[in-house]
Amino acid sequence: MSATNAKPLLSIEHVAVHFGGLVAIADMNFDVHEGELVSLIGPNGAGKTTAFNVVTGFMRPTKGEVHFRGTALHKLKPHEVAGVGLVRTFQRTSLFTTNTVFENVLTGLHLSGKASTWSTLMALPGMRREEAKLRQAVWEVLDFVGIAHYANELGGALPYGAQRLLGVAVALAAKPKLLLLDEPAAGMNASETADFMHLLAKIRKSGITILLVEHDMPLVMGVSDRIVVLNYGKIIANGTPAEIQSNPEVIRAYLGQGIKQHA
Amino acid sequence: MKNLPTIAWLAFLLTIPLWLTDQYYLHIVITTGLFIIGAMSLNLLLGYTGQLSLGHVAFFGIGAYASALTSLGFDIPVFWNDVDRIKLAPLHPAYGFLVGAVVAGLCGFIVGRLSFKIRGAYFVIVTISFAEVTRLVALNWIDLTQGPLALSNIPPLGYNLPGLGENVFWSKTPNYYLVLGLAIIAYVLIRRVVRSRMGRAMIALRENESLATSVGIDVTRYLVFAAVASAALAGAAGSLYAHYIRIIDPDIFLFVYTVTMVIMVVTGGKGTLAGPIVGGVIFGALPVGLREFAPPEAQWIVYGIAMVLIVFFLPRGIVPAVSDWWHRKTGSPPRHLRGDDDNNKAAAAGAPLPSATRKPV
Repeated sequence: MSATNAKPLLSIEHVAVHFGGLVAIADMNFDVHEGELVSLIGPNGAGKTTAFNVVTGFMRPTKGEVHFRGTALHKLKPHEVAGVGLVRTFQRTSLFTTNTVFENVLTGLHLSGKASTWSTLMALPGMRREEAKLRQAVWEVLDFVGIAHYANELGGALPYGAQRLLGVAVALAAKPKLLLLDEPAAGMNASETADFMHLLAKIRKSGITILLVEHDMPLVMGVSDRIVVLNYGKIIANGTPAEIQSNPEVIRAYLGQGIKQHA
Repeated sequence: MKNLPTIAWLAFLLTIPLWLTDQYYLHIVITTGLFIIGAMSLNLLLGYTGQLSLGHVAFFGIGAYASALTSLGFDIPVFWNDVDRIKLAPLHPAYGFLVGAVVAGLCGFIVGRLSFKIRGAYFVIVTISFAEVTRLVALNWIDLTQGPLALSNIPPLGYNLPGLGENVFWSKTPNYYLVLGLAIIAYVLIRRVVRSRMGRAMIALRENESLATSVGIDVTRYLVFAAVASAALAGAAGSLYAHYIRIIDPDIFLFVYTVTMVIMVVTGGKGTLAGPIVGGVIFGALPVGLREFAPPEAQWIVYGIAMVLIVFFLPRGIVPAVSDWWHRKTGSPPRHLRGDDDNNKAAAAGAPLPSATRKPV
């Protein structure tokens, strides 16, 4: 697997997911190390989304365990997963459509706030200070992602590419250690995808590890340190982009001839 | 003056009993006010967390019964033998008010916990069933509630304080001020909650529960909080009702009262602070206004038509429609379902120049 000996940030051990008689994931093993950008790819129906839901604690695996920084995810409630530093985006709507962009990110900052019910009801100074601080933090996130000019637009009214960025901004607001992106570039045009690659680099530079599920092969090959290929619920390859591109099984299963053009 | 509209509104509300001398109309104002408090409490659940409680009147009724029984006292046999009895000597109605709010809040907690995993239609069914069960209990637990014979001679609220003397609120005017006081407190507290981190968590639950969970929001916790706050507030309103009307029977739990509250919230604008008040005034005043020149059956038809027209033409309710219109007219961006936000006003005003809005707010 990975060359580093350090303890992995995320480790997926013998995970299997069965829906009744259907085996969505047979036996999945892989690690994500701190600072890496790992991509999970595979043809439609390969089990990527199921794998993603298991890794993010939204779905309990039938067998096996997922550990994040030593914590077994199945012991956490779904909302506690973000608290240990694992935050995901969603394929379709990763935003609150009837709220403004500003409010979207402010909501994402939920875990940064500590104000008690009592201090909220009494509008105590500590709560007001915290609120001001959170509002300041929203601008930092919006600037980082580059959508500050949309701050007062409704999330649902944004162009599609900007909506995807807002989804990432909401996730970043939750201060992840490991950010899981579910097809973030789906529906982006070429220039938006290029910008998005820069954003990914920026996110990595800020010390966040990334696990990416994506269909856009140039993007995946361009940004990944390592690629895990899933087919029919099984991992058929795990290696660097170059290794994956030359892996005959991957080519046969999924990439076909197209890989040579993208290389 | 930024506070001028608020002061004008307060002055208007505070002086109502001075110029509204017809006691019948003052009575209408009081009962409408209680309905508005009920609608405001319902709005916290329906408008902000997005969960429709169709048994909301149960909390109102529980508050009324708990408050009335505390101030009347009771003496009931226990279930398991014929000897022991549970007794309570009559307490001052002020305790009744507190007990009413607390008991209703506890029931809200139970309903909120029971339904913590269910949403949408299932939540509606749980709340309807809960209201129906409470009605049947009130109807059949005759030792405690007198059943259909009603609890009567409920003492009115009042105070007996050293230095201030004793005053019992027999007349309508002090009861009006009690209702107004509760309504203002409710409005201020709800406003603080919905504009805070807690309110954002509730709206997040309404808008996209999976996403809310993924950024670490414990949606159950905020749903339960909303249910408790909403129920306690409805219970407090129910207590004021009991001590004002001074007789309550199981009809207080009728489904039509919940529906009235829902209509007030939906037509006024759910998820807005002013919505339940606007809806409450319209549907509280409409029956009275119609009574002058229409027979009862025509009144209900007009009531229904008004509701259908509002929902048809202004699907999000009156308040969002008016505020959108106002923002189009003045050119400032619409604020939609989130209500006005003082802290964000500066940001909204400077939309094209975000740098101008980044000063600490």
